[in-house]
Amino acid sequence: MPKHQITTTINGDEVDFGCHAGQTLLDVLRTELGMTGTKNGCGSGDCGACTVIVDGRPVNACLVLGVELQGAEIETIEGMAKGRTLHPLQQKFLDHAALQCGICTPGILNMAKALLEKNPDPTETEVRYGLAGNLCRCTGYDKIVRAVLDAAADMRANG
Amino acid sequence: MANENSTTNYKWVGKRTRRPDGVDKVTGRARYGDDMTVPGMLYGKILRSPHAHAKILSIDTSKANALKGVKAVLTSAEIPDHPLSQPPYAPIINDMHDISRNVMARDKVLYDGHAVAAVAATSERIARQALKLIDVEYEVLPHVLDPLEAAGRAAPILHEDQFTYSADGLSDKPSNLFRSITGQRGDLDQGFAEADIIVEREFTSEPVHQGYIEPLACIATASEDNCVELWTTTQGHFVIRALCAKLLNMDLAKVRVTASEIGGGFGGKNTVYGEPVAIRLSQMTGRPVRMVMTRTEVFRASGPTVGSRTRIKIGARKDGTITAADAETWYQAGAFKGAPVGRAAETFFSSYTIKNARAVVHDVCVNRPKVAAYRAPGAPMAAYAAEGAINELASRLAMDPVDIRIKNAVREGDESLMGTKYGQIGLLDVLEKVKSHDHYSAPLGNNQGRGFALGYWMHGGGLSSVSAHLLDDGTVTVATGNPDIGGSRSSMRVMAAEELGVDIELIKPIVADTGSMGYSHLTAGSRTTFATGMAVIFAVREIIEKLRALAAKKWRLTIDQVTWEAGQAVASSSSRGGIQSLSLKELAAMATKMGGAIAGHSEINAGGAGAAFSAQLVDVEIDPETGFVTPLRYTVVQDVGRAISPDYVEGQMQGGAVQGIGWALNEAYIYDDQARLQNTGFLDYRMPVASDVPMIDTVLVEVPNPNHPYGVRGVGEPCLVSAPAAVANAVENAIGQTMSSLPLSPPKILKRIDEAQAAGG
Amino acid sequence: MGTVTELKYESPETAQAVVALLSGVGPMARIFAGGTDLLVQMHEELIEPTLLIDIKGIPETREIDVTADEIRIGAAVTGAELGEHQELKSRWPGIVEAVELIGSYQVQGRATIGGNLCNASPAADSVPALIAAAAKVIIAGPNGTREVPAEEFSVGPGRTCLAAGEFVTSIVLPKQNQRSGDAYLRFIPRTEMDIAVVGAGACVSLNDDGTCASARLALGAVAPTAKRVAAATDILQGNRLDDGVLAALAKAANDACAPIDDKRGTIEFRTKVAGVLACRAVKIAWQRAENR
Ligand SMILES: Cc1cc2nc3c(=O)[nH]c(=O)nc-3n(C[C@H](O)[C@H](O)[C@H](O)COP(=O)(O)OP(=O)(O)OC[C@H]3O[C@@H](n4cnc5c(N)ncnc54)[C@H](O)[C@@H]3O)c2cc1C
Ligand code: FES
Ligand code: FES
Repeated sequence: MPKHQITTTINGDEVDFGCHAGQTLLDVLRTELGMTGTKNGCGSGDCGACTVIVDGRPVNACLVLGVELQGAEIETIEGMAKGRTLHPLQQKFLDHAALQCGICTPGILNMAKALLEKNPDPTETEVRYGLAGNLCRCTGYDKIVRAVLDAAADMRANG
Repeated sequence: MANENSTTNYKWVGKRTRRPDGVDKVTGRARYGDDMTVPGMLYGKILRSPHAHAKILSIDTSKANALKGVKAVLTSAEIPDHPLSQPPYAPIINDMHDISRNVMARDKVLYDGHAVAAVAATSERIARQALKLIDVEYEVLPHVLDPLEAAGRAAPILHEDQFTYSADGLSDKPSNLFRSITGQRGDLDQGFAEADIIVEREFTSEPVHQGYIEPLACIATASEDNCVELWTTTQGHFVIRALCAKLLNMDLAKVRVTASEIGGGFGGKNTVYGEPVAIRLSQMTGRPVRMVMTRTEVFRASGPTVGSRTRIKIGARKDGTITAADAETWYQAGAFKGAPVGRAAETFFSSYTIKNARAVVHDVCVNRPKVAAYRAPGAPMAAYAAEGAINELASRLAMDPVDIRIKNAVREGDESLMGTKYGQIGLLDVLEKVKSHDHYSAPLGNNQGRGFALGYWMHGGGLSSVSAHLLDDGTVTVATGNPDIGGSRSSMRVMAAEELGVDIELIKPIVADTGSMGYSHLTAGSRTTFATGMAVIFAVREIIEKLRALAAKKWRLTIDQVTWEAGQAVASSSSRGGIQSLSLKELAAMATKMGGAIAGHSEINAGGAGAAFSAQLVDVEIDPETGFVTPLRYTVVQDVGRAISPDYVEGQMQGGAVQGIGWALNEAYIYDDQARLQNTGFLDYRMPVASDVPMIDTVLVEVPNPNHPYGVRGVGEPCLVSAPAAVANAVENAIGQTMSSLPLSPPKILKRIDEAQAAGG
Repeated sequence: MGTVTELKYESPETAQAVVALLSGVGPMARIFAGGTDLLVQMHEELIEPTLLIDIKGIPETREIDVTADEIRIGAAVTGAELGEHQELKSRWPGIVEAVELIGSYQVQGRATIGGNLCNASPAADSVPALIAAAAKVIIAGPNGTREVPAEEFSVGPGRTCLAAGEFVTSIVLPKQNQRSGDAYLRFIPRTEMDIAVVGAGACVSLNDDGTCASARLALGAVAPTAKRVAAATDILQGNRLDDGVLAALAKAANDACAPIDDKRGTIEFRTKVAGVLACRAVKIAWQRAENR
């Protein structure tokens, strides 16, 4: 059976891919496009490791089909740094040691980015609820929450 | 040389530095188990038993074999069998007989999710489809899940060839009880006779999963000349190599294992699951085979930790002196023997100097997945019972819970129940810090309670290998054989830079594969910074020796006329005027012309890791109408020896505390009446999410471990040991009632509140 | 040699085309909205459809249409979109809260109100709120369009009243009284990312004298389908919210429960907490009505 041919924009570049009807965006990114920065922790929407941004909204890539994405704009972790300059969130995650094993990190960074776009000055509680769909088993969340709050402050200061 | 005895003036040790693998992990570049592909690779999938206990009557693979795209179908016939180990048994058993049966069920399936067959196909979809075409005929047998019941006479027997092992030899009838470990001293009867007050309680806990976010994943490439390359997510690729080679009767040297970046392990990635199956499928097909578990498979078939049933009795005098303590506990090993019984016996009472004490721990097989290690294996459930009983003792004596511990605390020179003698330990320092912390005396509101508990862990040392190379531009690679789970490369780099006296940016730490290094034991038991770190120090010191020799040669001096100071070889002032120093960079450039490249290596069996203690304070609030628990405030005070990388030490403590909150409140394996696991995903296996927990304050107490050049102790384990007990104690305190079975889920709490109300309490 | 059966995907642009596809393929065809239930069920191999019909390309399923009388919500409107709709949020805060409780922000960007209803889980969060609001479900099918009250839509766990060829195009919220308010609460053992152990939706209208003009209460996760507690209406009507009324309300909620013991909660717990949440939800709805 022929694959569906889909044209999207990924991290600003036009990208074509072929996919079967049942193939998720997660599978397309990782298997068809070799973009393994988006992680698979469960495949069922529970862990958030696969969080990417589609048309401006954070979604679980494991719960989106490739065939739905004709014309969509997709942002993944691979596009977060601009050239060789890390995004303020990436910087702050390094400064605050907000990762241990790092498997949750790409998803959390994307979710945090989407969160700060909607709410540039969140409280600790808002950050915690905002990241509730992203499991981290290593850190106990403390340093992650601090890093996001600090990045938010930085981003506000630097416009 | 770096100053061994000084506790101050380190250049890098104790500083907050960015980790060397950080950028790759925040940009998505880092490659984890499932991020690798190999050209021509096939997709492996495992068929799993829907029954908890059944005989396999037949397996028909013909339809699966006939599916287009299927390249091989495997059953246990393709996995070599091994004889059962015989007594006397080692403290930790790696029985190939069991491992062979755990990776692929032989005559019987022993738990829901037990592997029964596997396929390799050209796509994952085809592989999944093929599994549905395998016909397995089962004869379902009665099952048993509870360890007390399983140890009883009427229980269905999992292994007809397993007999209870004791000092008298083997039992005459097969039994699910494999063995019992006893730690004992003094005279219990006399101890209890001396007591003014005795607390007797029962505690239970359920198996919980390590809950790492990265599922198990590997790729095996077997060649026609019996070599294998294996890429896998593991806490110890040397252990994986040993287990695969032994299981599949291969030469160790021909199995080369590369550890991927690892997405969490906590003990759960210490052994083999899909690896031997992937290797066999690759051997059968002549193509690389990738094997990735789904989350459901991870829950159903990879090791959770033990669940426990504990009876405990503690007696004390009015002044709080504990005169006797006795515990007996049944640990679920899962389908195969090997519950961490020795560690449990060690944990019960080892924070306290109790003259008369006993801990008996039983290792019992039940129809659940074979348990794996989980942070301080065996200890948190023991501490839950022991600390719970001591907290009740304190409250009945109207004594401060910290004071009763200070009164009974072990000190340097004391011995643990299992005979470990304590060196320099920080227990009293930790307890004093708790008392002086403002959390300890902060006021509590309505429906709020405060909990306290102490955790102890005797750390591991063991085999580690390191190979360090000075390159001709003056940079240094430091290769270890230990996968980096939580920032160990950062600590290795810090220790190497500290020894060399150079900038950390000149050091590149690497995790090398099994073909490039001597044996290195697991990244587990909080041993890596201690043991592998020590090997790093020794390897780097060898480089320094060679550099001093090189400088001496250049200066025509003897080596003892050259010292190493702040990253430079320096001629001692008496030896020769005029010459000052040669930097690492200058020496590196000279080396290849003057005798060859410079490297240092170290292969050690580290001992003396020492004990560490973690005290935890936690406040919770309970909704008395629903039993909902909100953790409000949390403080961990721990003796860390020396924090090489304080950020990652704190991270370990915070992560441990939150895992403990999950364990105490909501996490548990839930089975239906057919012993089928009901909660096979994160939606119902309730690990804490970010909004469930508060910030976790940490207090690092640094009482150096004299057996490590910088004073390192492990930090990853003790913080989980005390956490469930502390949270449970806080819940009890908030509702003013005792509770004795984890998890303290809202239905249980509400029931307890209602019972107390009905009783007029 | 066997081969793997292939899944097909269609994204029609009209309701008629959906009906035609559904009628042609039969039960192996599935409506695909946000996919947050469907893709999970496919991942777990609980269902294996042969055709997915994506309804997000049909304009009427994607719109929120507000008139003075009613509000019509397209079946494929997502939780995130509902949350961003200020008018809806101020008129029906309880319904919006209920939908916003579904999953994480990531799930919110996909999960639809129609999907929540049609998945027919007894624990679905939006359903008690919709029942309390006396919402109507608009169904398109081979014989045209029909309406069903929200409380009659689900007929058992995972089962709906939809006949062959039918699907939901929208949900209609009725005209409200002047002083009315709604609310939805659920109990989960964590703060987020969990499925309701008990859910309670309430809608209250007040008379000028501050007594209750009319009220509806519905419970989720305590019976095979979300259900209305009819007795609650009688208990509240004409009364004020005093202790006696609240006690009677809690009792009515307890009595309406026919729950099961499962991995998420016990019968005893669900029954008790249903009473607690019923009272709390009614209190919030009442307060909202007062503040109107
Ligand atoms: C991580 C996670 C957390 C969740 N948490 C919650 C929660 O807290 N509360 C809760 O209630 N649910 C929860 N859910 C379930 C799910 O997100 C919701 O039920 C959601 O509203 C479903 O909407 P959907 O658009 O994604 O449905 P889909 O998956 O697209 O469809 C669901 C079902 O309904 C059918 N269907 C969909 N639309 C129509 C239609 N218009 N007409 C006829 N049939 C239709 C589909 O064929 C399918 O059978 C959660 C799911 C995940 C993955
Ligand atoms: S992989 Fe998508 S949410 Fe876990
Ligand atoms: S850092 Fe390991 S899961 Fe978050």
